[in-house]
Amino acid sequence: MPEGKLVLITGRSTKQGTGISNGKYLAEYQEATTVLGLSQADMARHGLRDGDTVRLISRYGEATVKCRSEDLPDGMAFMAFGSTINQLVGDETYASGMPDTKGLEIELEKTPA
Amino acid sequence: MLRIVNGEVYDPINGINGEVQDICVRDGRIVETSEVSGQPSVSATSEVWKTIDATGMVVMPGGVDMHCHIAGAKVNLARKMRPEDHRNDVMPRTPITRSGTGGSVPSTFTTGYRYAAMGYTTAFDAAVPPLAARHAHEEFNDTPVVDKGFFVLMGNNEFIMQRIAAKQHERARDYAAWLLQATKGYAIKLVNPGGVELWKFGGNVHALDDEVTGFGVTPRQIIQTLADVSAELGLPHPVHIHCNNLGIAGNWETTLETMKALDGRRAHLTHIQFHSYGGKPGGLFASKAAELAEYVNAHPNLTVDVGQVMFGDTTSMTGDGPLGYLLYQVTGRKWANVDVETEEGCGIVPIEYKDKSHVHTTQWAIGLEWFLLINDPWRIALTTDHPNGASFMSYPRIIRLLMDREYRREMMKQVHPKALAKTHLPELDREYSLYEIAIITRAGPARLLGLKNKGHLGIGADADITIYDKDDDKEKMFACPRYVIKDGRILVEDGHIREDTYGRTFFVAPAYDPAIEADIREHFDKYYTIRFENYPVQLEHYLPRHEAVACSD
Amino acid sequence: MQVDNVVCAFCGCVCDDISVTIEDGRITQAKNACVLGKAWFLSHGQPSDRPAAMIDGQPASLDDAVDTAARLLAQARYPLIYGLSSTSCEAQRQAVALAEALGGCIDCCTSVCHGPSGMALQGIGEPTCTLGEVKNRADLIIYWGSNPGESHPRHMARYAVTPKGMFIPRGRKDRTVVLIDVRPTPSARAADLFLQVKPGKDFELLWSLRALVKGQAIEEAGLVGTGLTLAQLTDLAERMKRCKFGVLFVGQGLTQSRGKHLNTSAAFMLVRDLNSVTKFALVPMRGHGNVTGIDNVLGWQTGYPFGVNFSRGYPRFNPGEFTVVDVLSRNEADAALIVASDPVASLPRKAVRRLTEVPTIALDTHESETTRIAQVVFITATAGISAEGTIYRMDNVPLHLSNVLPSPHPSDEQVLGRILARVKELKPC
Repeated sequence: MPEGKLVLITGRSTKQGTGISNGKYLAEYQEATTVLGLSQADMARHGLRDGDTVRLISRYGEATVKCRSEDLPDGMAFMAFGSTINQLVGDETYASGMPDTKGLEIELEKTPA
Repeated sequence: MLRIVNGEVYDPINGINGEVQDICVRDGRIVETSEVSGQPSVSATSEVWKTIDATGMVVMPGGVDMHCHIAGAKVNLARKMRPEDHRNDVMPRTPITRSGTGGSVPSTFTTGYRYAAMGYTTAFDAAVPPLAARHAHEEFNDTPVVDKGFFVLMGNNEFIMQRIAAKQHERARDYAAWLLQATKGYAIKLVNPGGVELWKFGGNVHALDDEVTGFGVTPRQIIQTLADVSAELGLPHPVHIHCNNLGIAGNWETTLETMKALDGRRAHLTHIQFHSYGGKPGGLFASKAAELAEYVNAHPNLTVDVGQVMFGDTTSMTGDGPLGYLLYQVTGRKWANVDVETEEGCGIVPIEYKDKSHVHTTQWAIGLEWFLLINDPWRIALTTDHPNGASFMSYPRIIRLLMDREYRREMMKQVHPKALAKTHLPELDREYSLYEIAIITRAGPARLLGLKNKGHLGIGADADITIYDKDDDKEKMFACPRYVIKDGRILVEDGHIREDTYGRTFFVAPAYDPAIEADIREHFDKYYTIRFENYPVQLEHYLPRHEAVACSD
Repeated sequence: MQVDNVVCAFCGCVCDDISVTIEDGRITQAKNACVLGKAWFLSHGQPSDRPAAMIDGQPASLDDAVDTAARLLAQARYPLIYGLSSTSCEAQRQAVALAEALGGCIDCCTSVCHGPSGMALQGIGEPTCTLGEVKNRADLIIYWGSNPGESHPRHMARYAVTPKGMFIPRGRKDRTVVLIDVRPTPSARAADLFLQVKPGKDFELLWSLRALVKGQAIEEAGLVGTGLTLAQLTDLAERMKRCKFGVLFVGQGLTQSRGKHLNTSAAFMLVRDLNSVTKFALVPMRGHGNVTGIDNVLGWQTGYPFGVNFSRGYPRFNPGEFTVVDVLSRNEADAALIVASDPVASLPRKAVRRLTEVPTIALDTHESETTRIAQVVFITATAGISAEGTIYRMDNVPLHLSNVLPSPHPSDEQVLGRILARVKELKPC
C-alpha cells in the first residue's frame, strides 16, 4: 500500500441497518453513514482526533466525512454503506455487474476545523 | 360449447378404438352428443356452438404426464445453474403469451405452453420437498394451461422414520395425512428411501435391509409402511417409488427386492429404466428389463413408468442426493446439492446421453424393452422422467419409436452395436397401435393417478381433448396437434396458443387424528428452523384454482 | 393485540417467530426480533401520513400517478426496473411482467450483493443445505467475509452457532466457529478462531486451501501478503477435512472484493472438493429482505436470476451488460422504475447521477433518497406488515408474509399491476 493511501472497506453496520428503517434523514443513519473508522495509529499519523473532518479522495470522486478511531488494521478505513461513501465508488464492474464496493484505494486529507 | 365432428376417436377408458364419433362439450365438460344433435350453430337461446370438422383426424383425450420435474426448488436451482441451457432456445412474447426460455429446464411459462402445444393438458411434478411446497405452488401458478399436482417426498422424512422405529404405524399415517394437507400435495413419494438421510453425512444405503444409521429403520420398512399408509388413507394414487440404487450397475436386484417387499401392496415404481441394470457395480450395465418386466407382468399390484433415455444434452435433477454426487464424479460436470432439513435432498448435474456410448445405448434400449415387453399397457406410462432421461419434448419421437419398427431399426443402426446386441431390443418386433399409445400417454396415467375425469372422453369428463392430423411420421403427428382443447376451450390451433389460461392444481386432503399435531409441533421446535404454524400452505393464496380429489374409504 | 409467529422481512434470516403487539393502530413491540427487525417493525408499523402518490413532489391521485408512470416508462427506449428486495414475490412477478411488456431491463439487488454467488452457481454448481441442516448437523461453521452480528444479528443464535440440533446435542459446545475477515468485527468475538486476512487476497487463500484439501503441498512464499501463514492455513484445511459437517457462510467480503465471482467460484469449488473427504455445504449470506425471492421469481419466469433484458422480446442475461450499475453508468437507461429499494443511497455515484437525469418512478414504503429524486412516487404498504405475500429466506425456504396492520396504501403488487395494465394499453405487443 503506497504511503498515505488507505484501503476502504464499505459494509453494513448495526446503526446503518436500523437507520434504514427508522429514517435515512434522521441523525442515527446520517451519522452511521458519514463517519469513517480508522485505526488508532492511522488517526495519530494524520494528526486526527475523534470527530475531526477529513476529505477522502478516490479515483472516482470525493467525500467529506468525520472520522473516529476503531479496531481496524493499519492502512484500512471502514465506513457503512450509504450515499456518502458511494461518492468514492466507481462504476466499473469488469463485466460482473458488481462495482468495487470493497477494497478501494483512497487518500485522506485532514480538513481545517 | 364445442362440437368435434367426424373424428376418429381413441378413448380407451371407454373402449373406443378409432370409431368415427362426434364429441360434444359444454361448460368445460364432455356432454351427450344427443344434447346437441340437430342444434343450429346459433341456437334460440343464443348459445354459440363452435364446430371443429375433424374428418380424417385422430381425436384423443389430452395427454397426461404422470412424472416430470417442472416446478419448485430443485427445478429452479437447475434453471439458474444452466444459463447455457436456455440461450439457444428462446420463446419470444406474443400478444397472448409470456416470453421465456427453453432447453432441458424451461422457464415456467414456456413449460406450460410447450406441453399444451404438444397436446398435453395435465402434468404432475414428481418430487417436492414439503418445506418448499409453497415454492412449487408459486411456480405452478406461473405454468399456463396444464392441470397439475405434485407428489410429496416422504421417504427420508425423519418424523416418519422415528415413528416406524417406535412401531407407531398409526402416528406415521396421521403425520403423512397431515403432511399432504399441509403441502396440498397429491401422493406419497419415496426417493432412495433412507439413502438421502444418510447422504446428509455423506453416506447412502445399498440394500433394503441396510440400517438408516441413527434411526434404526431400513428402506424395506419405509417402503412397506408408506405403501400401507397410501392404501389406508385411500389416496387416489398409490405410493410412488424411486427405488434405492438408481443408476448403479447390478441394481436390478434391488428393484426386484423392492417389488417383492411390496408383497402384493399397490405401488408405482417410477422411471423403471434407471433401475433395470445388470452387471457389476463400477462395470458396464447390462439389461435386466426382461426379467423385471416378467415379474411386473405377473404382479398386477405393480405399475411402472419408463423414464426413457433419449440421446442428447439434458439435466439430471433428482431427490436422490447421493446419486447426484455420483453423476458429478462420473461426468465431471457442475453439481448442485441441497439437503433439506429433516425431510429430503436433491442433486443436479447436466448430463449428455451419447448414442455411441455403451452405457447410454443400454439405457436407451432398456427403456424401449420395457415398453415392448410389458403386456398390459394400462400398467406402464410413457415418461422420460423429464428432464432426467430427456425433455418432455421428446415424447413424440418416443411414440414413433414404439409405433414404427422400421424407424426403430434405423435408430438402432446408430447406437453402440455391442451394447445393443446384449439387449432383447433387436428381436422385439411389436408395434404400438394408436389405441395403445392413447393408453400409455393419457388413459393409463389418468387412471393410475386416480383422476376420474381425465384421460377419457366419456360423459362428465373434463373436456381436455387433443386432435391430430394423421401422418405416417408419428413423431410429426404427435409433435404438432391440430387442436388442443382444455376445459372445453380451444387453446391451441395449428401450433399457436390462442389463449393464455391457467389450469387447476389437484390435491388430496386425507383425514388424520388432530392429536398428532402436538407431536409434530414438538418435532418442529426441536429440529426445524421455521414455526409449525407457518408451515402449511395457505390454500386460497397459493392454489387460486384448485380441486380436491377425494380419498376413498 | 398480539400476533405471534409473524415473519420478519428485513434481512435474509427471515425469522418467523416474531410476536408483534399492536396498540391503537401501531406496532409497539416486536418480541424476538433483533435490533434490525425491531426497527423495521416499529418504524413500518406506524400509520403513514404521506399521500399514496406524488407527481413532481405534489400529492396526486393514484390514477394520475399510475398513468404518468406508465407513460414515462412506455415512452422510454431502454427503461430499467430495479430493486425489488423489500417486497413480496407477488409484486416481483408483476415487475417482471412489466419489464417484459416494456421490452426493458430488470435487475435486482442481487447484482450488487450476491450476483457473484449466482455466477459461481452457474459455473460450478452449489453444494448447499437449508439452515435447519446447519442447526442439526454442523460442527464446523466458517463465516468468510461476513459480519453476521451486524448484518444478520440472529443468524448465530437461531441457526448456526448456538442452537442444539438432532446431531448437535450440546449446541455451541459441539461446534467450532471460525470467522475470516479483513477486520475484527463484533462477530469475530463470537468465534473460536478469527483469521484476519488482507483485503483482496481471498482468492489466493481459497485456492491455496483447495490445494491443501487435495493433499498438495504449497509454499509459504505463495502466502506472503495474504495475512495468513502456511501454518494457519494448514490448520484451517485440517479442521475442514476433519469435521463431520462443515458449513461455509459466504459474505459480501467475497462477493464485493477484488475477484468477485472468481472469489465465490473458488469458495464453491473448495466446498465441492471437500465433499470428497467429508460433508460440506455453503450458504450465501443473502441480505436484504426478499432478494432471494426476486432471484427465484426471475429464475422461474426467465431462466436467469438477475440482470435480465427483454429488448428482443425474450429474456437475455449478461452481467455487466444488463446489470444496474452498468446500464445506468453507461447512460443507457432512459427511464427507471425503482421498487422497494434505495439505489440513490446504495449505488456508485455515476449510476446514481443517471437516475437523477432520467424520468424515475419509485415505489417505497417511506421516504428514501430515491423517492426524493423521483418524478413519480408511490408510498406503498409494507410487505410483511401491511401486505401479504411470499418471501424466500437466504436458503430458499419460502414463507408467507402476513398483513398484521392494514394500511390505506395499496401494495407494491397492486400498484405494479395497475402500471402494467396501463403500459399494455399504451404499448401493445
